[in-house]
Amino acid sequence: MKDINIEDQFQAKIDAEIKIEPKDWMPDEYRKTLIRQISQHAHSEIVGMLPEGNWITRAPTLRRKAALLAKIQDEAGHGLYLYSAAETLGVARIDMLNDLHSGKAKYSSIFNYPTLTWADMGTIGWLVDGAAIMNQIPLCRCSYGPYSRAMIRVCKEESFHQRQGYEILLTMMKGTDAQKRMVQDALNRWWWPAISMFGPNDAESPHSKQSMAWKIKRFSNDDLRQKFIDVTAEQAKILGVTIPDPELKWNEERGHYDFGQINWDEFWEVVKGNGPCNRERLEARRQAWEEGAWVREAATVYAEKKARKNQEAA
Amino acid sequence: MKDWPLWEVFIRSKQGLNHIHAGSLHAADAEMAIENARDVYTRRNEGISIWVVESKHVKASNPEDQGALFDPADNKIYRHPTFYVLPDELKHM
Amino acid sequence: MTKKEALLKYTLRLADNASILGHRLGEWCGHGPVLEQDIAMTNIALDLIGQARNYYQYAAKLEAAGKTEDDYAYLRDPLDYYNLLLLEQPNGNFAHSIVRQYFFDIFHYLFLTALMSSKDKQLAAIAEKSIKEVTYHKKWSGDWILRLGDGTELSNEKMQTAINVLQTYVGELFLMDEVDEMMVKENIGVDLAPIKEEWTRIVQEHFTEAKLKLPDATWTQKGGKQGYHSEHLGYILADMQYLQRTYPGAVW
Repeated sequence: MKDINIEDQFQAKIDAEIKIEPKDWMPDEYRKTLIRQISQHAHSEIVGMLPEGNWITRAPTLRRKAALLAKIQDEAGHGLYLYSAAETLGVARIDMLNDLHSGKAKYSSIFNYPTLTWADMGTIGWLVDGAAIMNQIPLCRCSYGPYSRAMIRVCKEESFHQRQGYEILLTMMKGTDAQKRMVQDALNRWWWPAISMFGPNDAESPHSKQSMAWKIKRFSNDDLRQKFIDVTAEQAKILGVTIPDPELKWNEERGHYDFGQINWDEFWEVVKGNGPCNRERLEARRQAWEEGAWVREAATVYAEKKARKNQEAA
Repeated sequence: MKDWPLWEVFIRSKQGLNHIHAGSLHAADAEMAIENARDVYTRRNEGISIWVVESKHVKASNPEDQGALFDPADNKIYRHPTFYVLPDELKHM
Repeated sequence: MTKKEALLKYTLRLADNASILGHRLGEWCGHGPVLEQDIAMTNIALDLIGQARNYYQYAAKLEAAGKTEDDYAYLRDPLDYYNLLLLEQPNGNFAHSIVRQYFFDIFHYLFLTALMSSKDKQLAAIAEKSIKEVTYHKKWSGDWILRLGDGTELSNEKMQTAINVLQTYVGELFLMDEVDEMMVKENIGVDLAPIKEEWTRIVQEHFTEAKLKLPDATWTQKGGKQGYHSEHLGYILADMQYLQRTYPGAVW
């Protein structure tokens, strides 16, 4: 009886837009959902550094190199904010990382695609960051305080990411035929994975309903996808590129773009680990972690030695 | 192996303002925590001064005590200037 | 060599140093031993790339041939690159990167401190702008020298190995050639003799605290400042210059 009461109170707080803070009572399932979602989000930021990191040494100008580095560094920062938010729910970062390295935890499938040309840096900024921002802005109002605060910081910092990418593409589209070809090709490869980032169709999305009630999620996958496509289709026109979907067409009646069917078989295969780069991405993360073990260990031992010395001196 | 300890980071954004909680991070010791805080939380000129404190040293009040701790202040309206009725002619008080 | 030629070369050396080390640090991005340090290393990389741009832009002004910063970074061959050999050495493990960074940071700090009083206003201004960044770099790498030197047995061993490997490139930091001599004579450049002394004192003291040893130099690799590099620079430039070289004249 008492439990039902607490749960009702909890829901009432959420309905009244009162944020839930770490020490507040919360249903186990709420906690679990948040840990899963926030850690996946954090992993996505960290793994997401790799496809772009692939081009740091080949960035074509010093200005581009600095911007790309700063952007990837922001992703590291965002991963860090998100791990911190998850830690307030009682899970240690190391446990989350272990889950990532063992393949138990998931991250956004988009990062399992390869970056083949410099235009991919522009396209990732434009589409991947564009989709991420669309997903993330509603999360700034998420019911869980630490997640919401982390997302506010993330969104503020990310505002330059998409512009950075779009500017790369604009510059290339004003350039040579070879450059234009790279841009169109990058769009062809990234378009479908990008619009898959919003997740399965609402009917196939099992956790969505509860997450909406808990205000962890504010808009449905399909709504966000539609919004993204509507905005992006217009941006493609300005850029002068063709979105690789023959069914993409403005629907006057709906006031939205119609679009074709996502290949969900491919989507689920990549989620399962069969994307073109799943193995490399995970291996790169594991390797960095393992090769850093002696460094982390040494710093711990040194800190202990120093603390002991300070104690003796006191 | 365990994580490096978790630290809470407080940043003073400019002279004259309080340090405000910015977030947390992991560091092996206090020195490193300050450096990490600088690198993580002040990349866009957010700060001019940093405090770090190991998270385990922060003692927080319990949400269950919220009523007992904070509600009693609700009915002490005489602590606020608007409680006192003064004539309109009186300015600047 | 005219004074103008010497100044241009002097400036390009400083630019190349910052650019190449920044490039190397950029390779760490996404692969650091812990998230917080990944971010720290990228910060240093960004500082250095920013400094490189300042020097390259000044070089462009000096040469007055309508070049841009990117023409220098992306269109010169290894023979025309003047960075110190130390800075192009591969990242290796974290110990190598820390030792490389620390050796350079101490030098860089002392060098810039002197360069701030250069008669050349522009170089002095860049030095003044950079010194704050470099003060932080040397604190960062210096702290890691202590942690890893006086951490575990394994970390001490890795550090000592890295020191022994990289030590052979240290001598070049202090070698003066005719460009240096001319710049010193003009009160533009920095006399490296006192810097060597100061560097050795600081590093030895720090290493003693960190339980590390600075081996006596028996031989110094040299040539980077004159355009004769280790095999590594060619690969760095092959990566760095790939787009600019493959698509001549394209704007990015």
